[in-house]
Amino acid sequence: MTVLAEVLRRDRVFDFVLPEPDFAGGLDTRHGPILYVEDVTVAFDGFRALDRLSLYVDDGELRCIIGPNGAGKTTMMDVLTGRTRPDSGSVWFGSRIDLRRASETAIARGGIGRKFQTPTVFEHHSVMENLELAMAADKRVWPTLFAHMDSADRDRLAEVLALIGLASLERQPAGALSHGQKQWLEIGMLLMQNPRVLLVDEPVAGMTHQEMEQTGELLQRLAGRHSVIVVEHDMAFVRSIARQVTVLHQGSVLAEGTMDEVQNDPRVVEVYLGE
Amino acid sequence: MTADAKSLPRLGYRGGLLTGDIAGRVLIALLLAAAVAVPAANLLAPEGSLLHLSSYTVTLLGKYLCYALLALSVDLIWGYCGILSLGHGAFFALGGYAMGMYLMRQIGTRGVYGDPVLPDFMVFLNWDRLPWYWYGFDQFPVALVAIVLVPAVVAFVFGWLAFRSRVTGVYLSIMSQALTYALMLAFFRNEMGFGGNNGLTDFKDILGFDIQADTTRAALFAASALALAGGYAICRFIVSSKLGRVVTAVRDAEARVRTVGYRVDHYKVWLFTVSAMLAGVAGALYVPQVGIINPGEFSPLNSIEIVVWVAVGGRGTLIGAVVGALAVNYGKTVFTGVWPEGWLFALGALFVVVTVFLPRGIVGLLRRRRGEEAA
Repeated sequence: MTVLAEVLRRDRVFDFVLPEPDFAGGLDTRHGPILYVEDVTVAFDGFRALDRLSLYVDDGELRCIIGPNGAGKTTMMDVLTGRTRPDSGSVWFGSRIDLRRASETAIARGGIGRKFQTPTVFEHHSVMENLELAMAADKRVWPTLFAHMDSADRDRLAEVLALIGLASLERQPAGALSHGQKQWLEIGMLLMQNPRVLLVDEPVAGMTHQEMEQTGELLQRLAGRHSVIVVEHDMAFVRSIARQVTVLHQGSVLAEGTMDEVQNDPRVVEVYLGE
Repeated sequence: MTADAKSLPRLGYRGGLLTGDIAGRVLIALLLAAAVAVPAANLLAPEGSLLHLSSYTVTLLGKYLCYALLALSVDLIWGYCGILSLGHGAFFALGGYAMGMYLMRQIGTRGVYGDPVLPDFMVFLNWDRLPWYWYGFDQFPVALVAIVLVPAVVAFVFGWLAFRSRVTGVYLSIMSQALTYALMLAFFRNEMGFGGNNGLTDFKDILGFDIQADTTRAALFAASALALAGGYAICRFIVSSKLGRVVTAVRDAEARVRTVGYRVDHYKVWLFTVSAMLAGVAGALYVPQVGIINPGEFSPLNSIEIVVWVAVGGRGTLIGAVVGALAVNYGKTVFTGVWPEGWLFALGALFVVVTVFLPRGIVGLLRRRRGEEAA
């Protein structure tokens, strides 16, 4: 009965009948922020993964998000990419596009790219082919069958190859790359989609010290042209790249500021070091 | 090639279709040569001369070529997209039935009952008129359209339902097997109007030519060779396009392809449908050469055999599918001549041996010998 009542509720419409937000209309960032997360709550079986989370990310900003396990970092990314729908609150991309109504694919195409924790590149494809597949293009079947790269595409590909430092390995199968190189390739695949926002989940997990440094430089180069949100556990790494740091705890923002401010915040110390 | 062109990424460079595909060039050259030489050896060389090929051999070779085209169609979806269809025989049979219907309508008054319109089996069942789906099959162009369209529609509907619901792996294999089994049971029924368990046979002529005549058989062989060459070219075009790289990525990491922004289900349905069309053409060329089509062609066993051909030849290499189909079927002809009951055991053993010792098939083995990286 409750199911029926739920279905027959007249005060809302189903997701699939809603018109998809119009990404083509352009992104409005005149007010500064590119992402508005306001009062977002997500509950799984009563557990509040996000609890009235509010967060603003400026256009071109490099933002680090830290927090202990279960703080809601991954759920927040899921909400931004359309994987998880918020139970309440609002999520806006620029001041015009409502992300709550957009599908995962539409968001990915519309300018929010996400790098997952474990690198998944196409192992049997070459580095270049990986980038080609990820490239922003008409991705329907027939146009893809007859697709070929024009010189602008090739320039873009070469540019990204240079940026991620894999120019000399373009013909290598991606499966033969080192762990760190795979992470960069994946960042490169994100870049081929010309995203406005890059969500990067634990970019330096399992990297050597040198690779970490290079990754830090890469992310800093990307900021400005893109807004970069980095979720990372490694404090030394965060310190080396961070301008703005947000600390999440139990699904909401605990503190926000520069690394020094955050580290000296007594509440943060308490959460990280225990009582 | 100048140094400048060499530095261009190879992806952007669109050379000829067979650039770099030596095996493909050899295959197409051989097929074109065979399309001329085999009919010539049958029709022109005097009987008893060393160069003479009997009509039986010509038909047998033509049959192998149809199988090779069928194997190509399975390799396209299994080898390149990871969709293991254990029901591809269904599309082969559907194409065959479409051709069979045309051939039945050509019999006309020469049937046992002499009915100008109704095929014999319908007269036998006391039907007084043609079922609606038999209309137009006296016209060759209609039959040609049906040969590709019927398998395509069935594959599209099946694929649309299966791939949209993200049915993959062994579940999809079982469903495809169920599809061909269901079709087999349906076609066994007399009420279906496809001749029940006898199927369609007793064909007289095709396009006005006597179907038993040596010249017709030679022409059918040549058509099969050209169809295989064309099928190979189509498959090569698909797998070397960007779409080809997308579907191989689907094979390796489906979820990742989705996050990159491709509608994986659309790609799978498309490829599955194209593959079914190729299988339909193979079936249509097969039927006039063997002279019969019956529901046995839908048998799940047939579909599994196709997979074995591809596995033996080397999945994921187009040439492997062709080599596998030819080699296994030649083996089958020889083997069943010596010990007919043993063939299924031999086939099973072959599959096990190949899976364990030759995961990349004959072609993979040859490439490894040459120290080449398998594509």
